[in-house]
Amino acid sequence: MKGRNNIISRQKDNLTYVAVTAAFVILMILQNGGILKRAHTALLVPVCAYIAAALALNLCVGILGELSLGHAGFMSIGAFTGIVVSESLINAVPNTALRLLIAVVIGAVFASFFGFLIGIPVLRLKGDYLAIVTLAFGEIIKDLITCLIVGVDKNGLHIVFNASGAKTAADLHLAEGGKAIIQGAQGAVGTTTISSFTAGFILILVVLFVVQHFVKSCTGRAVMAIRDNRIAAESCGLNVTTYKMIAFVISAGLAGAAGVLYGLNYSSIVATKFNFNTSILILVYVVLGGLGNIQGTIIAATILYVLPELLRAFSDYRMLVYAIVLILVMIITNNKKVILFLTGLGKKKD
Amino acid sequence: MEFLSYLISGLSLGSVYALIALGYTMVYGIAKMLNFAHGDVIMIGGYVSFIVMNSLHLPSWLAVILAIIVCTVLGVVIEGLAYKPLREATSLAVLITAIGVSYFLQNSAQLIWGANPVSYTPVISGTLTFAGGALKVSVSSIVTVLVCVAIMIALQTFVNKSKMGKAMRACSEDKGAAQLMGINVNQTISVTFAIGSALAAVAGVLLCSAYPTLMPTTGSMPGIKAFTAAVFGGIGSIPGAFIGGLLLGIIESMAKAYISTQLANSIVFAVLIIVLLVRPVGIMGKKISEKV
Repeated sequence: MKGRNNIISRQKDNLTYVAVTAAFVILMILQNGGILKRAHTALLVPVCAYIAAALALNLCVGILGELSLGHAGFMSIGAFTGIVVSESLINAVPNTALRLLIAVVIGAVFASFFGFLIGIPVLRLKGDYLAIVTLAFGEIIKDLITCLIVGVDKNGLHIVFNASGAKTAADLHLAEGGKAIIQGAQGAVGTTTISSFTAGFILILVVLFVVQHFVKSCTGRAVMAIRDNRIAAESCGLNVTTYKMIAFVISAGLAGAAGVLYGLNYSSIVATKFNFNTSILILVYVVLGGLGNIQGTIIAATILYVLPELLRAFSDYRMLVYAIVLILVMIITNNKKVILFLTGLGKKKD
Repeated sequence: MEFLSYLISGLSLGSVYALIALGYTMVYGIAKMLNFAHGDVIMIGGYVSFIVMNSLHLPSWLAVILAIIVCTVLGVVIEGLAYKPLREATSLAVLITAIGVSYFLQNSAQLIWGANPVSYTPVISGTLTFAGGALKVSVSSIVTVLVCVAIMIALQTFVNKSKMGKAMRACSEDKGAAQLMGINVNQTISVTFAIGSALAAVAGVLLCSAYPTLMPTTGSMPGIKAFTAAVFGGIGSIPGAFIGGLLLGIIESMAKAYISTQLANSIVFAVLIIVLLVRPVGIMGKKISEKV
């Protein structure tokens, strides 16, 4: 029985890759055929970034079982690291695909590193206290990046920390031909956009690969055992802190990679883009997709990101409609009476 | 003297946080849910009082009362329509619903009153001068602190002495057992929401009097900070929310004055993190031992 379940779940995993690839191919054909409007093609890369970020958060909330309200912070670290890396290497690595790859890897490593640092205090806490501390860290990251001024010239990187709010890019004292990459509250301006839909698709596949293999690995099983019953897992000799930390760091790194893709898709981006509301947005994707459910997360992230854009016809009312849809979906999927009523309806049809 | 004036403005800001945090903490204590829409109820309270004063030209005391009534009704309606069907659902499902309600309130406000900030006429105006002009204190900040202390004492008495308060404490300990003892759990939760929202209305009026710009997103940041204050003081505890709110306000005011305006929020959150590391259940929170 167990073996059969394994085969079924492996088939499901493979099906996910196939479905994602199929969606990518169809969208590519539509895009090249000129059927998709510009307003729609502009959504492709952000959707990929949000899917990747939602998968990363699902690792933290669904598989590790700890509610994080600050994952946009990791995206932010990834995005701004990626922008700095990409802009610094603009002459050294002219190939955009290679430069994007380097940016994504370094962005993910940076985000993982901060995930580790933040994880040390955060993972000691439990439940809602843990949630509020991740929220706090998300806001701190946003504020710190808002104070950051970074420039590059022939001597290397110049970084100024603008705590007083009085400094500008001129305080970097860049040599001739130097360029200010991040300008404090104005964010990163004049970034060369190198993200592409293909890159987004590859990122989703990589994130899928990492998450699906993590869930099946020895470590992943240990993490889920800790989620389901920490005390029992601990008494079986599992090192709770280490396993939690591994999952949290991987989640942070993947969110960082998603952030790089997102950040390099826009010529200007500000740190306040990755605020508490963005963290919540990703969390909504995860919860509506189903905790720990990878396929559900992808579908929910796609629909929920595209939905407000499709509702543009309603212009002013679109976010209102979105809010009502959100509340109704939560009530329909979670209220016992409604579920009973709906299943009853289904049976009658049979 | 400078220090004293920062301290007073911190106390007054902290009092507003405390009022909002009281609503958070009471709802959390009884329904075990984070009511993210609470901050937006504050904003609605601000707008209602603004409309009453500026469009209907009615006196400010009436504006406060009407704001309280509207917010109380709103709180009960939200609870009945959105949260009640999810009483047995997981806390995450309720959290997402609360976020949905928050979006709903913000966007409704934007449709009704527009996205542009309006300038709020303070309910109380005037400044008192002490020590020969060296220390200026606005009347509204004194009133804010006094109102907050009065409400906190009244609330503590209500929860500890009245029959309804007893029912609330019973529900927060064990809903099932409370129901078996003949307590109407649903009604008790509704009353909790009503009280929390009424406090939010008062907080909204006081907040907008201190910072007179009002827009649909006015409530969200104070909401988050008040939530932080509630956790800071130990979520579920009324004196904890009060102390947490005051401390948060003072820290924020001091950080703005002496360290950096831009990093004031970060400093507040950093202090929260440190406090939670030393005392993982907040200042006044009860430690719950785990049972196997």
